[in-house]
Amino acid sequence: MLTLIENWLKGAALEVQEYVLMVRAAVIGVFTSPRYRYDIVEQFDVIGVGSLTVVLLTGFFTGAALALQSGLTLDQFGGRSVVGRLISASMIKELGPVLTALMLTGRVGSGIAAELGSMVVTDQIYALRALGTDPIRKLVVPRLLAGFLMAPVLTIISDFVGIVGGWIVAVFQLQIASGVYWSSVTQALYTQDVWMGLIKPFVLGFVIVTTACHVGLRTKGGTQGVGEATTVAVVTGSVAVIAVDFFVTKILIATMY
Amino acid sequence: MDTETTQTAQQILSEPGAPVVMFDQVELAFDEKVVLKNISFTLISGHTKIILGASGSGKSTILKIITGLLRADKGVIWVNGQRVDQLTEAEMMAVRADLGMIFQEGALFDSLTVRENVGYKLYEESKMPIEEAHKRVEEVLGWVGLEDYIDRMPSELSGGQRRRVAIARAMAFKPRILLYDEATTGLDPITATTVDEEIIKLRDLEHVSSIVVTHQLRDAFYVATHMAERGADGKVAIVPATPEKEREAEFIMVREGLIVFEGDADALRASKDPYIVNFLD
Repeated sequence: MLTLIENWLKGAALEVQEYVLMVRAAVIGVFTSPRYRYDIVEQFDVIGVGSLTVVLLTGFFTGAALALQSGLTLDQFGGRSVVGRLISASMIKELGPVLTALMLTGRVGSGIAAELGSMVVTDQIYALRALGTDPIRKLVVPRLLAGFLMAPVLTIISDFVGIVGGWIVAVFQLQIASGVYWSSVTQALYTQDVWMGLIKPFVLGFVIVTTACHVGLRTKGGTQGVGEATTVAVVTGSVAVIAVDFFVTKILIATMY
Repeated sequence: MDTETTQTAQQILSEPGAPVVMFDQVELAFDEKVVLKNISFTLISGHTKIILGASGSGKSTILKIITGLLRADKGVIWVNGQRVDQLTEAEMMAVRADLGMIFQEGALFDSLTVRENVGYKLYEESKMPIEEAHKRVEEVLGWVGLEDYIDRMPSELSGGQRRRVAIARAMAFKPRILLYDEATTGLDPITATTVDEEIIKLRDLEHVSSIVVTHQLRDAFYVATHMAERGADGKVAIVPATPEKEREAEFIMVREGLIVFEGDADALRASKDPYIVNFLD
């Protein structure tokens, strides 16, 4: 029993060590040459533009559902007219960043783990190294840059379409005047809220991509291993997003409010 | 002084009979599993070393240690006059500039075309002008007879074609040492022979030193007992090797990480070792 726990702890420590080393090498790779510009542009397209549809749909329906639910609750206090406040505060501070990050974990995290995992099991990573290429610079750095910089952009888009989704429900379902909704949306927002909504996705984008790259590059055991790596990347990424969101929120509240 | 020493080393290495790869008492284990035990051998410039052994005997590991993809636990490894067992990953990049490796199944980049695969190092890791790189890619693809497949994706190629593209990729940057990891495994005999002939042509016409890892006896003996000749009309012919040429191909038999035989094709055939006799049967 003790050996089992010991082995598990050793394995966990090794994973953390490898993750930290990979992140360190990737961060150094961001600031030093050589850089693979074509791969960087390609990853911005894959991660940013490629995730747009899923982020738009998720944001829109989340905002719309939130308006329906909060309309019902606010009716009990006669506060239906302030539904915009609730939607903007929820979307910008919490739901926008977290839901976008979760969508990115499902779409981008799984894709990265599967792609890098396949490259590992078919010796393509060895081939890259044998041809004089550092896989971290070629594969991880472009994905890290794209994830880190595109997550905030996608979050802003998600926030906006969420508020628009809420507006459609507010106007056509809850019968709230359009002007009342939009003034309510801006009333509840403070500068700190906007900063919180902007800072979080940088951290979450970084966590999603680095977790997926780490899991993908540590793939073992053929095609079955690739499947396992994809599952692990999504599960670990999703849990990490929720946990990191909590800690970042706590830190930001302590420092900004 | 350092520059002088390097120049002297390069002069020695460019002479016939110079040792280009040296393993001295190399050992490697993964946790409890011992993969290589006390492995020592030398590859002479322009010669071929054929490493035979059953699956899992540690043959491919030897190639990965030469290229620095894996690190040995013990022992000394020299490649092209440089002691590589103590080099960092960044320092190994310079050593790899003169090493080409053909992986099992080819390990082609499946998101790149044949042209991009073959010219990968020239396009991405060298300052060669793009037109010159294109020309070199077309030249090496012509060498392996796949110039018409230049814009195809690896998924559109047969197993044999993929191996030949992998050979073209490894030779595109003109390395002096080529390492073949099971280059013919899983191929039908006719396709395997075309791959064997590429190995022979590179060795005899381009003077590339090679290490061939395989468990396919037919291919091992074909490479050891044949040579390439360019006729007066410029055409290349594969003919039975002269006795001198045959002696340039040396066999190593690896069993459970240990070298159990080292010698030429005749000595291997004459061996009375029960394991070797059984393996050759």
